[in-house]
Amino acid sequence: MAKEFVPAGADLELRGIRKEFPGFTAIENLDLQIPAGEFFALLGPSGCGKTTTLRIIAGLEEPTSGQVMLGGQDVTFTKPHERPVNTVFQSYALFPHMSILENVAFGLRRRKIENPIPKAMDALNLVELGYAAERRPQQLSGGQQQRVALARALVNRPSLLLLDEPLGALDLKLRRQMQIELKAIQMEVGLTFLHVTHDQEEAMDMADTVAVMHKGRIEQMGAPEALYERPKTAFVAKFLGQSNIFVGQAVESSANSLAIEIAGTKLSVPKHRAEKQSGKIALGVRPEKAFFHHEAPATSPDLNILGPGEIKDIRFTGVSNQYLIEIPNVGDLIVFAQNVGMSPVAELGQQVWVSFKVEHTFGLSDLPAGDED
Amino acid sequence: MKKLRLGRRILPLYSLLALVYLLIPIAYTIAFSFNNSKGRTNTTWQGFTFSKWGDVCNQAGICEAFGNSLFIGAVSTLVATVLGTAIAIALVRYRFKFRSLVSLSLFLPMATPEVVMGAGLAALFFNLGAEQGFATIIISHVMFCLSFVVVTVKARVQTLDPVLEEAGRDLYANPAQVFWRITFPLLLPGIVSAALLSFALSFDDFIITYFNAGPVTTFPLLIYVAASKGVPAETNVIASGVFLLAIFTVIGTQIASNARARRHAKFN
Repeated sequence: MAKEFVPAGADLELRGIRKEFPGFTAIENLDLQIPAGEFFALLGPSGCGKTTTLRIIAGLEEPTSGQVMLGGQDVTFTKPHERPVNTVFQSYALFPHMSILENVAFGLRRRKIENPIPKAMDALNLVELGYAAERRPQQLSGGQQQRVALARALVNRPSLLLLDEPLGALDLKLRRQMQIELKAIQMEVGLTFLHVTHDQEEAMDMADTVAVMHKGRIEQMGAPEALYERPKTAFVAKFLGQSNIFVGQAVESSANSLAIEIAGTKLSVPKHRAEKQSGKIALGVRPEKAFFHHEAPATSPDLNILGPGEIKDIRFTGVSNQYLIEIPNVGDLIVFAQNVGMSPVAELGQQVWVSFKVEHTFGLSDLPAGDED
Repeated sequence: MKKLRLGRRILPLYSLLALVYLLIPIAYTIAFSFNNSKGRTNTTWQGFTFSKWGDVCNQAGICEAFGNSLFIGAVSTLVATVLGTAIAIALVRYRFKFRSLVSLSLFLPMATPEVVMGAGLAALFFNLGAEQGFATIIISHVMFCLSFVVVTVKARVQTLDPVLEEAGRDLYANPAQVFWRITFPLLLPGIVSAALLSFALSFDDFIITYFNAGPVTTFPLLIYVAASKGVPAETNVIASGVFLLAIFTVIGTQIASNARARRHAKFN
């Protein structure tokens, strides 16, 4: 009965997962591959199906159709207690009638691993809670309980560790601290982590790969930098950070670039950064890559210029100011300007032009909600 | 202000009176367990003695009836608690056909007058040709105890977060281990109070038992019959004993839980 699991993580593969509940479909058609040893984040708003995905991987739900493969083996219908997978639950789910140490030793005892107590103690020391071994869960703070939940899962050396918004209940400061600790522990133990969260900063900060999930589907997947630089859909562009999006008809197409027309102005995008080449296209740029000018800047083939418009709102956020600029017939734009000199650099009601580099522009595959044909 | 001061004096007095009113019959029972009565009557004070306490089973039938009641109480409690706990878990955790009907019908025995239930059961047993005795008493006791067990345990199951059981499954516990190591210990306080309640109800029951006892005499039946001729002092001894046992049990659990709370508080 006693079996040690693989020393390192295992590959996870989801094939065509679909999950229907009475009245709605939580997951439409999900394909996902997570290589062993990776820190993978599943990011999405609440209700997008990410927690259901996690529960299917843990075995707490069965998919309506599709397969769950773990380390090359089909575990779709394997019972949760027979899967080498452990979960850190959002509410921690520590057993209130057991000491911290017994909580951590629970999985080891069930699998009849030798010396469960010393091993549980090691795991508690890893999360720096060895001194609290004899306490009850109720006597610990939220952050401490979160670490116990992590130790209780990690001690089993699962092929795959599932984290269901484990930092959701913590305050901001503790959360940042736990993010660093969690990442450090993952590097130390080298297991495959699948982290489910709705916090885009958390996902980008911790994960090697981020998959953005929306309405039961994966919208886009990739390294955090790639996802941020080249969002491919309007949802990703807006959910992962902020974006200015412009919709217009494609009017010009050369070897390397593509232009759309919006309110009499042409906006260009490099062809390799555009998902869609013709028809009505949405282009976007990140607010920190846009600049405003008090006078109309000189036109250049490398620059997209819009304006003039009026500054409608200025929000001071510490390191930067966020300017809301209204350009007639184009709409509202957001521009971030770092507070490197005097702050603010422009005043409310001022007339300004906005520019951004063509190479920073990205073209989306779809149109934002409300702009569809 | 004046009204408030008046209330402050009246309230303790009122509480004291209520308490005395409640305790007089018990005090009377305990006092008369020390009465040096002769024969089967115990209505007038005839001097103090410990002899009745030392020799409880002197009067024929008393200890036998007491033993019968203990036996019936224990068996009914065991059956009702096991069944009731399972029903309570099923009602809270699972959605099944006729769930609300089951839930409703479990309340019926509590709402039905005991006379009606006792007579009805007697008629049923008669029609089935079942001979009255221990079996019929236990069946009817299980029936009314079950409702109370379900209600008590259900309240506890509702406070139990299902994610704890999921965590158990996730941590390699099979369904039996999840039940015995997680669900059961967390429900235990509810199950224990349900069992105590159920034993008290069974031990105490007169009406339903009276209709279905046949030749078997339980303690309440014995007292009822004896009361017409005057209750022997030995019944006072047993009644006082049961009362004291119950009181010590309550005080004991209270002290134990206080000690536990204090021990836990020390950590913080």
